[in-house]
Amino acid sequence: MKLLSTKATCNSHGQDSSYFLGWQEYEKNPYDEKKNPKGIIQMGLAENQLCFDLLESWLNKNPDAAGFKRDGQSIFRELALFQDYHGLPAFKKALVEFMSEIRGNKVTFDPNNIVLTAGATSANETLMFCLAEPGDAFLLPTPYYPGFDRDLKWRTGAEIVPILCTSSNDFQITETALEEAYKQAQKQNLRVKGVLVTNPSNPLGTTMSRNELNLLVDFTTAKNIHLISDEIYSGTVFNSPGFISIMEILKERNCSESTEVWNRVHIVYSLSKDLGLPGFRVGALYSNDDMVVAAATKMSSFGLVSSQTQYLLAAMLSDKKFTKNYISENQKRLKQRQKKLVSGLEKAGISCLKSNAGLFCWVDMRHLLCSNTFEEEIELWKKIVYDVKLNISPGSSCHCTEPGWFRVCFANMSEETLKLSMQRLKAFVDTTINVHNQSNHQSVKNSRRMSLTKWVFRLSFDDREPCGER
Amino acid sequence: MATLSKIATNDRHGENSPYFDGWKAYDRNPFHPTQNPEGVIQMGLAENQLCFDLIKEWISKNPSASICTAEGVDEFKDIANFQDYHGLPEFRQAVAKFMSRARGGRVTFDPQRVVVAGGATGANELITFCIADPGDAFLVPSPYYPAFDRDLGWRTGVKIVPVNCYSSNNFQITREAVEEAYKKAREANINVKGLIITNPSNPLGTTLHRDTLESLVNFVNENNIHLVVDEIYAATVFNSPKLVSITEVIEKMDSNINRDNIHVIYSLSKDMGLPGFRVGIVYSYNDTVVNCGRKMSSFGLISSQTQYLLASMLNDDEFVDNFLAESSKRLDKRYHTFTKGLEQIGIKCLKSNAGLFFWMNLGHLLKEQTLEGEMELWRMIINDVKLNVSPGSSFQCTEPGWFRVCFANMDDETVHVALNRIGAFVCQGQETSTQPTKKKRWQKKNDLRLSFSSRMISEESVMSPHKNMMSPHSPIPRSPLVRA
Repeated sequence: MKLLSTKATCNSHGQDSSYFLGWQEYEKNPYDEKKNPKGIIQMGLAENQLCFDLLESWLNKNPDAAGFKRDGQSIFRELALFQDYHGLPAFKKALVEFMSEIRGNKVTFDPNNIVLTAGATSANETLMFCLAEPGDAFLLPTPYYPGFDRDLKWRTGAEIVPILCTSSNDFQITETALEEAYKQAQKQNLRVKGVLVTNPSNPLGTTMSRNELNLLVDFTTAKNIHLISDEIYSGTVFNSPGFISIMEILKERNCSESTEVWNRVHIVYSLSKDLGLPGFRVGALYSNDDMVVAAATKMSSFGLVSSQTQYLLAAMLSDKKFTKNYISENQKRLKQRQKKLVSGLEKAGISCLKSNAGLFCWVDMRHLLCSNTFEEEIELWKKIVYDVKLNISPGSSCHCTEPGWFRVCFANMSEETLKLSMQRLKAFVDTTINVHNQSNHQSVKNSRRMSLTKWVFRLSFDDREPCGER
Repeated sequence: MATLSKIATNDRHGENSPYFDGWKAYDRNPFHPTQNPEGVIQMGLAENQLCFDLIKEWISKNPSASICTAEGVDEFKDIANFQDYHGLPEFRQAVAKFMSRARGGRVTFDPQRVVVAGGATGANELITFCIADPGDAFLVPSPYYPAFDRDLGWRTGVKIVPVNCYSSNNFQITREAVEEAYKKAREANINVKGLIITNPSNPLGTTLHRDTLESLVNFVNENNIHLVVDEIYAATVFNSPKLVSITEVIEKMDSNINRDNIHVIYSLSKDMGLPGFRVGIVYSYNDTVVNCGRKMSSFGLISSQTQYLLASMLNDDEFVDNFLAESSKRLDKRYHTFTKGLEQIGIKCLKSNAGLFFWMNLGHLLKEQTLEGEMELWRMIINDVKLNVSPGSSFQCTEPGWFRVCFANMDDETVHVALNRIGAFVCQGQETSTQPTKKKRWQKKNDLRLSFSSRMISEESVMSPHKNMMSPHSPIPRSPLVRA
């Protein structure tokens, strides 16, 4: 009899993907301005490190929240004991108000409909457990966050069928693509339970258009399936056209409690990106369906948010002056930082998808490929990791259908480091272009190919594999 | 088509069990010494509230352990960013050290084998996902913690096969009983993947003998199945015999024992009284399980803010030694206050040396020695005596009349009120037992199997009793359940 479970011995955790392996290489040789200036710069981690000063300044002014106190009185005991899976009421209230504020107060959320979970990772998995049987499928537009393979499929047994999006229309979702995906699922004998989108998109960094959102509502209504909108990056929208939440669309279409679609739309949120607090494991799922809320609430027992953290953040997010300033300052800094990346890429002759959100850009390096294949994409990626010493994420790890796209993060490093990374990239591109332009480029190409194959890329990994998120 | 999953709509979350009904009764009418002295006293919640003063004192003396204070804020950025599913290294080290100290230093734990999880709830589910497939089963000696049905089986699809234990030998687990249950399961084509035991036991409050543990290790080894030992109450041992951890047993047994099959579950929720912090641990001798378990940690990581604070606290040897000693002392005192008081009114409990509860025998008060008889008595205890205790049937105990009573989640004053109420009830019971035909008021009271939506539960516990009771200027800090 086999000793361990199927889950323990398969690799549906998705961790053999290049996305995670790049991090592994980074861990072996991480860049440090002083200690390791020639190391690999991490540009594969979608973290928001731009506004810690604002958080620290708030902490400085609010010692009670840190010290388990309320109005100077200790509430340590209550917090230490608080394991109610309904969550700290004050935190849920503050959280839904924060979500509302991010959406320009165009929609409001009911704290009774929000379920707290240990990060969006847990929220997404929990929704799958609630909505899908093992073998059921969810349709996801490509490219998508590599972690979804683990979060949605691993322990739940659910399947993902891609909605193929292409650069021809800036990777927007089309009706044709939706119908194709649905047909594809049926061909594979998979029952489709819903569509899951990330809005703003990871890895594209774009917000969904009103058109796309309406299309999704039409499609899921016609097929009578669920719609999950992962809005984890909603607070990172720094430019027009601005963020339109799925809830806004429902409101516009007068889809209230009396309509079926009301109960089939669910939102995932987290403070890991907007507030830059991935370590605190604060995730949430929001649903208008009471049964989903009830089931998910019970399931949250498997990953509750630490009461200490709930209390701290309840205080922080209840400070409306703070949240107002934070939201606008965060967007401002992200905008500036993204501009720097875009212009740095431009100088290297590299363009990227026009984006208005997120902590990364979707970069077009198709012109640097020797041929339009995924093998070449991986070859290029290896060069960038080992030679240029930048850890960026290849599009194939995001299930992109077109080779040559890469996700490059910009908010998890200092400005100087970003500048350096662009210098390195430019130097690399210049060399590559020069090489291509030389008259005997063919033989040079051959010798370069030979030296490429000398690089051994080990797929085995020890316990020190990387494990950050998104 | 847009239906929900079977998991979302079935009952395997177990919340329709009487275990939770008692809590609902408490939530509607919670005891308070001055504001609601007639309310229901909560004795169904295994919390350890006896040593908060020690922890609070440590926190106030160590401001740098918090990343939010002026002394600690330099670490804020790095810690807030830290989501590595390996867990904070210093936290794993500190936990490994603490686990060792809680076992009197008789064994050491390797921090590299510590896997973090969302409370023991998360840890138990995690280990199940690692070692069993849907449809597989675990043997679990009864009586057992009611939520195991949910933790081990709800989302995993794994079954529990109880191994019944009896009062005739003080509910001890025997190899024979385990083998019998295993054989029966195999004959019924049930694929048993492992044996799960809780040591110290919940609800019994007893620790297992070394011999028993050895025989169970031999059993799993011979049959090539797993042994998971939930040691969540390890440091609540307040009397001899000392805890014999499974890790101690393994270290001393022959090398032919396959350690890959041995796993330990731990948590700080009981030993330190910090259930709100969600600290669960899976400790495994199996590298694949550790590796896989780590990845699964992602679904229930411990807040880095909390890891950081506790790493600091648990690395303070002086604090830990004092805490463990003091905690044992206070638990011992509380246990004896209760059991002596109960002895005086003729109520016997299983002799125990650990845990936050005792296993009380009220068989002599049952009208009938049946499950119905037990439930009838239980409803009386909730409605009339106003104590929320947990009926043995909710722990799958096959003998009616046993109740688990928690003693560490209240102050001294409440202990006396509880004892007085039990005393009064027992005396009254002796009076009325001569009039069996008289219809009791309580028989007409509402069935405790109340059904309401989960939303209502949240509103009940958040709003009603406390809000009515406490004036806005009450000096007593309000529970965060109500006002936070």
